[in-house]
Amino acid sequence: MLRYLLNKIVLVLPTLIGITICAFAFVRLLPGDPILAMAGEHGVSPARYEELKEQFGYNLPIWQQYAHYVRDAATGNFGVSISSKRPVIEDFMTLFPATIELSVFAMIFAMLLGIPAGIFAAVKRGSWFDQGLMGTALVGYSMPIFWWGLLLIIFFSGYLGWTPVSGRIGLQFFIKPITGFLTLDSLLYGKWDAFRSALSHLVLPTIVLGTIPLAVIARQTRSAMLEVLGEDYVRTARAKGLSSSRVIGVHALRNALIPVVTTIGLQVSTLLAGAILTETIFAWPGIGKWMVDSISKRDYVVVQSGLLLIALIVMAVNLIVDVLYAVINPRIRAA
Amino acid sequence: MKKKLTFAAALLAASVLGGVANAKTLVYCSEASPANFDPGTTTGGNDFDASSRTVYSRLVEFKHGGTEIEPGLADKWEISDDGLVYTFHLHPGVKFQTTDFFKPTRDLNADDVVFSFDRQFNKENPWNGEKYLPNLTWDYYTGMDMPKYVAKWEKVDDLTVKLTLTEPNAPMLANLGMDFASIVSKEYADQLEKEGKMADFSTKPIGTGPFQFVDYQLDSVIRYAANPDYFKGKEKIDDLVFAITPDATARIQKVLAGECDIAPYPNPADIGTIKANADVTLMDQAGLNIGYMSYNTTIPPLDKPEVRHALNQAIDRASLIKSLFQDAGATPAENLIPPTMWSWNKDVKSDAYDPEAAKKVLADAGLKEIQLWASDRVRPYNPNFQRAAELIQADWAKVGVKAEIVSYEWTKYREEGKKKERPGAFQIGWTGDNGDPDNFFATLFACSAIGVSNYSSWCDKDFEDLIQKAKKTSDQAERTKLYEQAQVVFAKQAPAFLMAHSQVYAVVRKNVSGYMMDPLGIHRFDGVDKAE
Repeated sequence: MLRYLLNKIVLVLPTLIGITICAFAFVRLLPGDPILAMAGEHGVSPARYEELKEQFGYNLPIWQQYAHYVRDAATGNFGVSISSKRPVIEDFMTLFPATIELSVFAMIFAMLLGIPAGIFAAVKRGSWFDQGLMGTALVGYSMPIFWWGLLLIIFFSGYLGWTPVSGRIGLQFFIKPITGFLTLDSLLYGKWDAFRSALSHLVLPTIVLGTIPLAVIARQTRSAMLEVLGEDYVRTARAKGLSSSRVIGVHALRNALIPVVTTIGLQVSTLLAGAILTETIFAWPGIGKWMVDSISKRDYVVVQSGLLLIALIVMAVNLIVDVLYAVINPRIRAA
Repeated sequence: MKKKLTFAAALLAASVLGGVANAKTLVYCSEASPANFDPGTTTGGNDFDASSRTVYSRLVEFKHGGTEIEPGLADKWEISDDGLVYTFHLHPGVKFQTTDFFKPTRDLNADDVVFSFDRQFNKENPWNGEKYLPNLTWDYYTGMDMPKYVAKWEKVDDLTVKLTLTEPNAPMLANLGMDFASIVSKEYADQLEKEGKMADFSTKPIGTGPFQFVDYQLDSVIRYAANPDYFKGKEKIDDLVFAITPDATARIQKVLAGECDIAPYPNPADIGTIKANADVTLMDQAGLNIGYMSYNTTIPPLDKPEVRHALNQAIDRASLIKSLFQDAGATPAENLIPPTMWSWNKDVKSDAYDPEAAKKVLADAGLKEIQLWASDRVRPYNPNFQRAAELIQADWAKVGVKAEIVSYEWTKYREEGKKKERPGAFQIGWTGDNGDPDNFFATLFACSAIGVSNYSSWCDKDFEDLIQKAKKTSDQAERTKLYEQAQVVFAKQAPAFLMAHSQVYAVVRKNVSGYMMDPLGIHRFDGVDKAE
């Protein structure tokens, strides 16, 4: 097990180096630069431009800029935002809990609906329910988040008035963050109405962000379940006269869950990508919205450090999933 | 799908939504997060709404809803006959805000005023550089050419400040009403410096303005309270909240749902919905902006005014504006400055649509091909450069000129566009800073702006003489005459195709009173009230 873990960790290193190169290169490949982006319509005189370039260190050779970036990142220094002048890590830590909270809710939503739906579809293979569900899942999978989000806002918040349009909590609530998760913090303060407000603000973004993972999980559960249901041991179990629910719930599901767990792990990156649009539409103060703002401002420091931090998290989650996988499926460990 | 709805309904059933905000809390749905709260260091309109227009005041202010200058922290001022010395007399007894992070021990005085400007240019001032914040650029201070014009700021006595210029510059007064000229507290700065918490100056602002800062939750909510000591009297609303809502559709839905009281910048597509709603008012005004297209006047045959006129005549401007701005509408531009600005010359008319006349001139000049530049960005004065380019391309094709559309991403676009050797016609525009005509004429078409923001590379002696003279004259009536003449020269020479001044909108709930559109494009909440 330890060897398996070490193996996985060693493999992470080249990925990490690749990510630093990508993060560094991508934002520089975009036309325009932070100095011009800051100057706005005014423009900036060529002399002043050179002066500023020197001040920001963008006159140095590109490899040197990269070396500085890697050196700083390795020592835990993620730099200071060009536009807000605040340390990147500080903003990241402030905003990240909002993204996690939304992602956790979206994932729970996707699993709670996706897994049962997948099982049911597999059991009733070929039925109208199966057909309908898989069709819907395909629609869900291809749903443009931006459009879907606005549609839900206009219908549920605008037309029906059931949910708040956007934001994280009602403006009358003034919750000083403890954990940064507002649903948790409001409970810690014992403010029930704040908790309800936070929850009601989560409804629409959760649905929007959870839609794609929901579709993927439902489809994956269905196909894994179908495969398992055809296995000899399931037939044996049935032949022994076990109840259908016991066969499906105990014998089949446990084995079918192995690929589903992997899928769920992989969905973490989908969630973070989806968070960018979801957060922008719902004015959700998380890292997705923060990255979009920073890219349009050509805030090199935030983009390259933010990407690195996000990549580190995705890799950590994937590592955890790999470990979990090994726990669920002992065959992997031996390999 | 059905399951999803059931789930949403279940969650909703479990939650009773919180009530709307309190009676005297005004909620403004702002379009973006402020970079920080020190208006000397930022450049965005949303930064200024959240800092200078709420927390701070200036020596002079723009009249609410206009571009004229009125007294601010300075009750009155004198300008010496040579236009070089400005003496400001400060309002006595102005208090800086008292908050849980700062308690002032003295009133505003000349030291605060001198410090507010000194920090922006004096490299010796500890607040000028790294010690305060990394990578400070003081963009507006340099952008408005303050280092060139300001010789020195001096304290005469506690309530008198003297500003000496290097050369006469009439727009200076308007500059001092701008956001970067907000007056900060030297006492607060000294305290933070002593405590080693200088960066707090940009995150926990202290000023003399109508509202004081309470709290900012990053990218989410900014809270202010009415400043009880405000020298012009306490505001009627008790609390002001900025709910940061970047998506335009969500912003409008929030006003319609009563989650906020005022929201700026609706999508043109939503304007119909807004007008049809009985709970809200759609306010509009011709913006302090101009969308135009600069011809490079140094490259033949565009160096000839008649060719430029002919290209203008070939464009069906009314259709162009209608197709581009749709429901949002825009005012066709007759002059470079909008009609809301003083000195606008009502007798000047831009070229009328006349493709037949244009065709002949262009054929004689031998103009067959031209580059037509377009960018990807939505600007207040031009919602779609690409679409505009296609329409103009079609119009020019009708008079025998083949236009090749050149596109770049916005920053690269301006970088390439301002080069002296850039060929063809370049779409661009401008949003005014300080309501002074100089801010349009000199910024965009002065000889010294070539290579910076004079995209026509146009340097006309008559025009230049007029605008430079107007810049040096303090008398506004005299200046008005000079700018009116400059507009005549501009119309004759046609260094650019003037398209339109776009409308600016705000959506306001009916129970809000006293809110005014501002021609400078800022959002102010002083004087605003809200009914129960």
